Amino acid sequence: METTFPHLLRQHATQRPTAPAMREKEFGIWQALSWSGMAQMVEQLACGLHAAGLQRGEHMVIVGANRPRLYATMLAAQSLGAIPVPLYQDAVAAECVFPITNADVRFAVVEDQEQVDKMLEVREQCTQLSHIYYDDARGLRNYEEDGLVSLDALCEAGQQFSTIHPGYLAAEVDKIRPTDVAAMFFTSGTTGNAKGVVHTHFTLIDRGRAGATFDKLGPDEDVLAYLPPAWIGQNIFSYAQWLVCGYVVNCPESAATVTIDLNEIGPTYYFAPPRVFEGLLTSVMIRMEDAGAVKRKMFHYFMDLARRVGPDRMDGKPISALDNALYALGNVLVYGPLRNNLGMSRVRVAYTAGEAIGPDLFSFYRSIGINLKQLYGSTETAVFVCLQPDNQARADTVGVPCAGVEIKVAANGEILVKSPGLLKEYYKNPAATAEVLSADGWYHTSDAGFIDAHGHLKIIDRVKDVGRIKGGANDGAMFAPKYVENKLKFFPHIKEVVAYGDQREKVCVMINIDMDAVGNWAERQNLPYAGYTDLAQKPEVYALIKDCVEKVNADLASDELLAGSQISRFLVLHKELDADDGELTRTNKVRRGFIGDKYQPLVDALYSGKSEQYIETVVKFEDGRSGSVSATLAIADTRTFPPVKAAA
Amino acid sequence: MSKKIGDVILDVKNISLSFGGVKALTDISFDVREHEIRAIIGPNGAGKSSMLNCINGVYTPQQGNITFRGQTFSHMNSRAVAEMGVARTFQNLALFKGMSVIDNIMTGRNLRIKSGLLMQALRIGPAAREEEKHREFVENIIDFLEIQAYRKTPVGQLPYGLQKRVDLGRALAMEPQVLLLDEPMAGMNVEEKQDMCRFVLDVNDEFGTTVVLIEHDMGVVMDISDRVVVLDYGKKIGDGTPAEVRENPDVINAYLGTSH
Repeated sequence: METTFPHLLRQHATQRPTAPAMREKEFGIWQALSWSGMAQMVEQLACGLHAAGLQRGEHMVIVGANRPRLYATMLAAQSLGAIPVPLYQDAVAAECVFPITNADVRFAVVEDQEQVDKMLEVREQCTQLSHIYYDDARGLRNYEEDGLVSLDALCEAGQQFSTIHPGYLAAEVDKIRPTDVAAMFFTSGTTGNAKGVVHTHFTLIDRGRAGATFDKLGPDEDVLAYLPPAWIGQNIFSYAQWLVCGYVVNCPESAATVTIDLNEIGPTYYFAPPRVFEGLLTSVMIRMEDAGAVKRKMFHYFMDLARRVGPDRMDGKPISALDNALYALGNVLVYGPLRNNLGMSRVRVAYTAGEAIGPDLFSFYRSIGINLKQLYGSTETAVFVCLQPDNQARADTVGVPCAGVEIKVAANGEILVKSPGLLKEYYKNPAATAEVLSADGWYHTSDAGFIDAHGHLKIIDRVKDVGRIKGGANDGAMFAPKYVENKLKFFPHIKEVVAYGDQREKVCVMINIDMDAVGNWAERQNLPYAGYTDLAQKPEVYALIKDCVEKVNADLASDELLAGSQISRFLVLHKELDADDGELTRTNKVRRGFIGDKYQPLVDALYSGKSEQYIETVVKFEDGRSGSVSATLAIADTRTFPPVKAAA
Repeated sequence: MSKKIGDVILDVKNISLSFGGVKALTDISFDVREHEIRAIIGPNGAGKSSMLNCINGVYTPQQGNITFRGQTFSHMNSRAVAEMGVARTFQNLALFKGMSVIDNIMTGRNLRIKSGLLMQALRIGPAAREEEKHREFVENIIDFLEIQAYRKTPVGQLPYGLQKRVDLGRALAMEPQVLLLDEPMAGMNVEEKQDMCRFVLDVNDEFGTTVVLIEHDMGVVMDISDRVVVLDYGKKIGDGTPAEVRENPDVINAYLGTSH
């Protein structure tokens, strides 16, 4: 059943013309657009773009938030055989220059004044950008730049064209083949320029369908589209799968109203990165602290119960009749209202991906009856590589390969994927394509991982960061710094971790305590302290952290591959790692190499067996001044465990 | 970007106002043209708010008159001023703290609601339809000011910068031809100020509303206004484009002080 996106639209518009295709909240009311309305809008836009000179095979950029008309524009471009290229709406002009030059873009469709200004700035360097269309006219009344036209005017021109040439678009749509290029997504390259990932109708539709079949998604789903459309995940959830399944995509009123809109729509199929789930949980917990004593008691009693039996219940394991009855009561009193408050009472399938999710956070959602799962994929694989089946969701794996996917692990631990959804190529970049796509069709993910005993894929780290222990008892064992760091960071008392061990005989870590959490804990323990540096060095805090580290060690010991990554020694840093001091990236990732150089005496002390070390550090304050912080840091040894075979 | 500035819409002539022995304003004259942004600036106690209150009909000046759209008044009546299409915001915010954002802005439609109190209370007859119409207008303002997320939040719970925005929203609900803004940026942080500037410019640009604003922050005034009046101790010491006013030696003295 090979098809293309414009054909899918036509199919929905003829089979269920009055069913809603998209909704957008405007002026406080959810306004629905039917499939036939969508088809009509697409026809107008496509004819207008054709009349303006958009050619088959030409690229067109689309910049903006989730708006029905912008999605319609993507369909319009595809109907003409042109290729929509969504760009991130928060990218600055300089970042847009490369894609627009690279793909020789003449047409841009953007959301509002902010994006128009950006495109006009881009045009100073990319003079071929001759047509700029905007959706929202606000603030643009007095713009007189050449080639700047509203989408309303474009639709009108298209309407005129299609009245004169009624069968034009249908004929154009029939020329499109599934193997034609459907869209291009630019991935944020960490080094050098971004790369344009080219996908065909076939790759996107195949993966969209694989995901939909896996979770039995149908036309009755409701989805809230709130992440950037330029991100392939959003594009799959609110475009590819929208057309494959024919469900309703809901566009929020503005970025600030997403939580309100989430609550009103009550999506049945939901995606969010871990930080969104964390934010939602925090807001619930804070409000709970302010609730009356009876409510609070009830909440905590039932949350304890949920923690105990909830995950098993979700996984379909038997639980005792008493627990079952209590859970049912809890469902009425706590879990149901809580799900409703989170806007998740109707969620059938929720996914998280992108980064590791803490086990407590993950099981919180599952324990209150929300079917939260993880998936694995990337722009190059059109998202769906691995998915977790409903009753096998775990915090530390990313699921089993889904339909059509083959996975193998290379000698260096890298995960290789073969799937019908792999990218066609990187645009105008055969060298980069050859690097990731081998001649026999395997895609190199640059993620290191393995398939565990249950057939689930487990991601450890980026391949380039995975090291080896050298010398000592664990000579040659795999060392995955991020895996170790994440495991520690899942403890609420630990904010940041930097792990060392590559080419060394043991693993040592430097830890940042979480000031709020540890400060709170200290108050409850009646432990006086003078500030961050003082608190960090308290023997009680060391004992607290040591306990966390040893738990992680016990956990690592049960993992054959990673047992050698157990932590032998640690210290708690006297200052918070900060992006202003260059210790973190702007996206708050630790810069391991830089920190290692900056705190060389501490790293040396960790490996030389000293029990304390004096350090003085220069810090930059937010107002630009700098000062210095000095302290004598204690170094603690921790217990490690002999590797145990995981019980199968 | 170009905008068309029209004829004089509001002409203030020789206004003097005193409270007992205190002279708040002495012989002030200036005019406001249609579609322009006109700023009144001056140090503390210069008489800026008093001037606005004269235009608005809160104070009655002892001397002088005000011409609005060809009609000359020796004193303005607050209600008549509002009905003529002049709306204002307040320096210290005069919102209904316990009411939601929507309801606060709805109060700005008060003058335009035709159905009686009883009909409105019972939502009978044309009252329901009329409310719908006004609600639609208010929703447009909410969209314009980007406060959709706070529609149903009681105003008292909002941060100050947002309350200022609601205050502006209520003034806009009157569909004014002239908008008087009393220190719209006072007490705001840099980001809130930038937002407010954008809204003032957009109101002026989108609806062609004439704006008269009082402001402390010289930077803001110089960036957004077409012409500026400078007051000091109740007297007019400067009048002209921002560039002219910036060069005016009296203005420099008033702001930076003189060496005696």
